[in-house]
Amino acid sequence: MQFFLEVLIGGLLSGVMYSLVALGFVLIFKASGVFNFAQGAMVLFAALTFVSLEERGLPRWGALLASLAIMLGLALVIERVVLRPLVNQPAISLLMATIGLTFCLEGLAQGVWGSVVKGLDLGIPDVPFDVKGVLVSQFDLFAAAIAGFLVAVLALFFQYTRVGRALRAVADDHQAALSLGIPLQTVWAVVWAAAGAVALVAGLLWGSRLGVQFALSVITLKALPVLILGGFTSIAGAIVGGLLVGASEKLAEVYLGPVLGGGIENWFPYVLALLFLLVRPEGLFGEKHIDRV
Amino acid sequence: MGHPRQKVGEVLLEVSGVSLSFGGVKALHQVSFQARERELCAIIGPNGAGKSSLLNIVNGVYQPSAGTISFAGVQRKSMSPREAALGGIARTFQNIALFKGMSVLDNIMTGRDAKMHSSLLAQALYWGPAQREEMEHRCHVEKLIDFLQIEHVRKTPVGRLPYGLQKRVELARALAAEPRLLLLDEPMAGMNVEEKQDMCRFILDVNDEFGTTILLIEHDMAVVMDLADRVVVLDYGRKIADGTPEEVRRNPEVIAAYLGVPTEADREAVAEGAG
Ligand SMILES: Nc1ncnc2c1ncn2[C@@H]1O[C@H](COP(=O)(O)OP(=O)(O)O)[C@@H](O)[C@H]1O
Ligand SMILES: [Mg+2]
Repeated sequence: MQFFLEVLIGGLLSGVMYSLVALGFVLIFKASGVFNFAQGAMVLFAALTFVSLEERGLPRWGALLASLAIMLGLALVIERVVLRPLVNQPAISLLMATIGLTFCLEGLAQGVWGSVVKGLDLGIPDVPFDVKGVLVSQFDLFAAAIAGFLVAVLALFFQYTRVGRALRAVADDHQAALSLGIPLQTVWAVVWAAAGAVALVAGLLWGSRLGVQFALSVITLKALPVLILGGFTSIAGAIVGGLLVGASEKLAEVYLGPVLGGGIENWFPYVLALLFLLVRPEGLFGEKHIDRV
Repeated sequence: MGHPRQKVGEVLLEVSGVSLSFGGVKALHQVSFQARERELCAIIGPNGAGKSSLLNIVNGVYQPSAGTISFAGVQRKSMSPREAALGGIARTFQNIALFKGMSVLDNIMTGRDAKMHSSLLAQALYWGPAQREEMEHRCHVEKLIDFLQIEHVRKTPVGRLPYGLQKRVELARALAAEPRLLLLDEPMAGMNVEEKQDMCRFILDVNDEFGTTILLIEHDMAVVMDLADRVVVLDYGRKIADGTPEEVRRNPEVIAAYLGVPTEADREAVAEGAG
């Protein structure tokens, strides 16, 4: 039982890290219906920027603020250069644009900062500590707390500010929002900025766990099953989906691993997502899509 | 009918020679008409006549392939919906286009956006002034909620409201911007008799009390004859008549458009009726 709890908690906590990546997708998808293929590249770019700035002698907080500023600036540039010319184009064009953006960002990040794997030490000791006999990773707890905080801030922002209201309006009905005079450009810039900030946080946490390297941009793939489980349009869904993926893949690894062979966590989430697609394609929290004919 | 003609003022909206096509379909062909200040102008015509397209051009959703629009003395070939909104044009949609997940209050507050002065970004950063401005606008919105008698559902997500009430909320959202010109695309479609009567009353009240100029698309001829100061008739993208409800009702082309191609006998009957 104790062992089961340990695996479960470990899984849930690492699931939070998936949620964090998924969150970036949800923000942008909600507001613009665009699946931002470049979210992973943004994560890599953010982490690489932070480490490299620190390497060049900036103090930690300085590097953090500078990276944040760079991510916000990047969001504004993306809105202006990539999104604005594509207003009213079909979603597939926008998707293609974000695929192009992925290569640009990956190239830019490695061109400017180099492609050597860099270590990132946030200074959080990764020693497990003991809660009533169950061992819990301190780093995971820290990451979960950060993610929880981030989600709370975003939720409050969207629920209680005028920008948030405008954003929900745009997400709900593009055409109506435009006809009310809501500036689509500003809303998109805000959303990409938020997604950039989320990418920075995700990049720091994942980077300090895996090292800052090209593979960071691939963890994006793990966000896909999370999104399929949670729904593409729900912040709560991203969280729950992440927890589900994290917990189930760890449990599967531990309990099914000996039977099916190891490495289950690499594919289990995708199978889970596939099964889920058959049962509830809109995800746990997504909006059911009914087409009127 | 019941509304003295002299209530209207200067020309507020002038549509001249506007054409629009979708691929091969000519949705509008050289349509011109005017709406004067405080006028309640109905646009009628069979399905597919181009009524919605015309409204969409007036508030910048579609760009005309030819022709110009002048609103409040400013003439342009086209504008964006945002420019239209900031300039004082508000609208409702044929298929309700509310923000389904948001409460009635939030929906109407969103309609107030064009009236808010500080930019969205400034609002995101300055809590104090932003909140003060929000409160001022909130007051106005609460008055509208009273006016349209939807107090009891203020906090309800609009997706859960019955159809008739949703239409009313959409009207409220459009009014929140205190528009000079209000475009209503079939505000009474799909309503029962009682709901229709309520909606008619609200539209008249808006016109009377706020002096709002209204372009109204409506199918129910009784309603149109009752409400409108003037009626514009479209058929296959062309304007076939324009005048008081009385004039339009007697117009042979209008009768033809509504009843099919008239025979010679029809024409004689009309001529007799008119004479
Ligand atoms: N977005 C669009 N794409 C293609 N065709 C359209 C579009 N909107 C309207 N149409 C066509 O234009 C014509 C006029 O449509 P519409 O303005 O909606 O008519 P109404 O509102 O009078 O029923 C119709 O033939 C319709 O099929
Ligand atoms: Mg129509």
